[in-house]
Amino acid sequence: MSRGIAVDKQGRIKERAAMSDTNLLLTITVVVFFVLYLSAVLFLGGGFAKPQNFLNILNNNASLIVLACGMSVVMITGGIDISVGAVTCLVCMTCAVNLERQGGNILTVILIGLGIGLAFGVVQGFLVAHLGIQPFIISLAGMFFAKGMTTIVSKEPVRVTNEGFLAVKEIRITVPGLGSTNKLGEYIPAYVEVGVVIALLAVVLLFCLLRWTKLGRSFYAVGGSSQSANMLGINVRRTKFLAHVLCGLLAGLGGILYFLHVGSGDVANGAGDEMNAIASSIIGGTLLTGGVGNVAGTFFGVLSLNTIKRVVSSLGFDEAWWSNITVAAMLCLFLMVQSVVLLRRNKK
Amino acid sequence: MTAPVKEPKTPVRKPGESLPKRLTRHQLFIPLAALALLVLFNLIADPSFFAVTIKENSLGNPVLSGNIISVLDNASELVILAIGMTLVTASSGGQDISVGAAMAIAGSVILRMVCGGQVAADTLYMPLFLAVLIGILVSMLFGAFNGALVAYFKIQPMVATLILFTAGRSIAAWINNNQLPIMNDISFKYAGTFLPGIPVPTPIFITAFVILLFWLTLKFTNLGLYTQAVGINANSSRLNGLDPKLIKLLTYVILGMCVAVAGFIRVSRSGSINYSRIAENIEMDAILAVALGGNALSGGKFNIYGSIVGAYVIQFLTTTLYKYEVPSTALPAYKAVVVILLVVLSAPVVQEKLAGIKKTPAKTAKEVS
Repeated sequence: MSRGIAVDKQGRIKERAAMSDTNLLLTITVVVFFVLYLSAVLFLGGGFAKPQNFLNILNNNASLIVLACGMSVVMITGGIDISVGAVTCLVCMTCAVNLERQGGNILTVILIGLGIGLAFGVVQGFLVAHLGIQPFIISLAGMFFAKGMTTIVSKEPVRVTNEGFLAVKEIRITVPGLGSTNKLGEYIPAYVEVGVVIALLAVVLLFCLLRWTKLGRSFYAVGGSSQSANMLGINVRRTKFLAHVLCGLLAGLGGILYFLHVGSGDVANGAGDEMNAIASSIIGGTLLTGGVGNVAGTFFGVLSLNTIKRVVSSLGFDEAWWSNITVAAMLCLFLMVQSVVLLRRNKK
Repeated sequence: MTAPVKEPKTPVRKPGESLPKRLTRHQLFIPLAALALLVLFNLIADPSFFAVTIKENSLGNPVLSGNIISVLDNASELVILAIGMTLVTASSGGQDISVGAAMAIAGSVILRMVCGGQVAADTLYMPLFLAVLIGILVSMLFGAFNGALVAYFKIQPMVATLILFTAGRSIAAWINNNQLPIMNDISFKYAGTFLPGIPVPTPIFITAFVILLFWLTLKFTNLGLYTQAVGINANSSRLNGLDPKLIKLLTYVILGMCVAVAGFIRVSRSGSINYSRIAENIEMDAILAVALGGNALSGGKFNIYGSIVGAYVIQFLTTTLYKYEVPSTALPAYKAVVVILLVVLSAPVVQEKLAGIKKTPAKTAKEVS
């Protein structure tokens, strides 16, 4: 697992080298995103130039941003969690059933969402950190478990009509200065949904956690080389466990945000989101081998991924399957680039 | 290195070891015990589970039917996949999670070939063996793609195959322009149902043939030995003159071949395809079969017979659950629990604890990295 880090036996130097990796990959991501978006505005024009269109990317992907950040945290410690998409689905369905059939309210929804996420995080974290089982196998099982549980909770789609919930869902937060005038000359303010604010808050909090707290720094140390981290006196097992718990919790939060956005429970909710989250993290400069990554990069990764998807669909490839193929192709490209960079670095 | 590979049938006998202990240490003990447990449960709960009757199928031919026949028949794809998955697991220490999606691709290619691009065809557009051959070649190419990512770009197998896992079903739909072709020629369905005049389902024969093929390959070539060597320690196998990258790639290509055969059986059962539902969740079952067969998921030594028995056990479990009217969509939840139990029991930490309880010396060396 120590690949990707400038090989040095002393922790400090190693960590500084890791940071420069992080910053390099972050820069690449940000540049890629701006080049992508600007060229979309220049060559495809129209829709891409409107600020509201940009904000819609945020509105549609608030949950993905949160999921991808959780994924990044696990990936920084050298693990992976592919159950997040299915957990999102389970949270949506359970919340919808709770609201519609059991007379729940917005508070119970939040509790259920975070509770389910926490449960998945704790179980998977325990199995990975304390029993040393491959994270992929465990989260694959977790993914299928969540999928199966979703259909046990309800097979039919559940549409939410609860008024208290719909009131929260319809909250629009106006962004000053970005509105546009329509053909009749009326001013239409640009807005974001309430989920976007929560997601951005989560990104900022996670950024601070990873950058300036002891726990955050130990995530990097464990992912860089768990052996050296152990020698530095870091509790490797506890750190890995906490990373999975954090990821599970964020998956629960992502589920709530997804639910807030679509307002219904459906077995197709969040399908493929684990893939989108992994792709966003990797595009955002998180290395699969651990030790390198940044949630700010992940945030831009989500934006890049969805910009690409929009570009592909506005080029006329709007059948549903192109979206999947695009994500896979982009993931493949970035994986190869990372791998080549790493192999070269190791040869030096 | 011309000696044929010999799987260790039983671990080296230690002096003074009792017979029950030797039995429980055998690699096939877990899958066979699980099978026995299931059989016993069904015998007690409802002995009619094992009844085999002769029925007339839609063509008026007398054919065998019953739960046991259905287990043997429906497990075919899984058994074939499990064999390929065992090799991949042994060489690269990871699993290919794209097999379900790759089966959709292979099935889609074969249907496109026999239908000649039409939505519904009543006669074969080209000879069946040619279509299957093209399907196998395409599938081997996708296998090589996965294998190249794993071997040459050094990406973890499960992440590398995640790419095809996402894109595979979309590619399958794209191959047929998102249409759902239907093949009505009866000879296309022979492979998935019954040959005229033979009362046993054809997939059982195909599976037996594939097993025989792998048995011969492992007996008369060094494939098994080299795969294990690479899986146990890629570096030392390189120092011994093997090319670990090539062998890893080879195992993925072999898996691609298995996937194509499985995909062919699957589309041949109905003569049609549903891209999002065909072979859904089968990757989970295939990995489970490998684990159930007593193979370390982290690579190294393997035993394909364990995986084969494991695959039949899983199909037995599925059929039993269906009999008690567990909805098919809820099945993954039950199987996930079984997987978690299995990996927990085989985790080194737990094994050490168990060994400590029994006051026996540490477990025999299992290649756990």
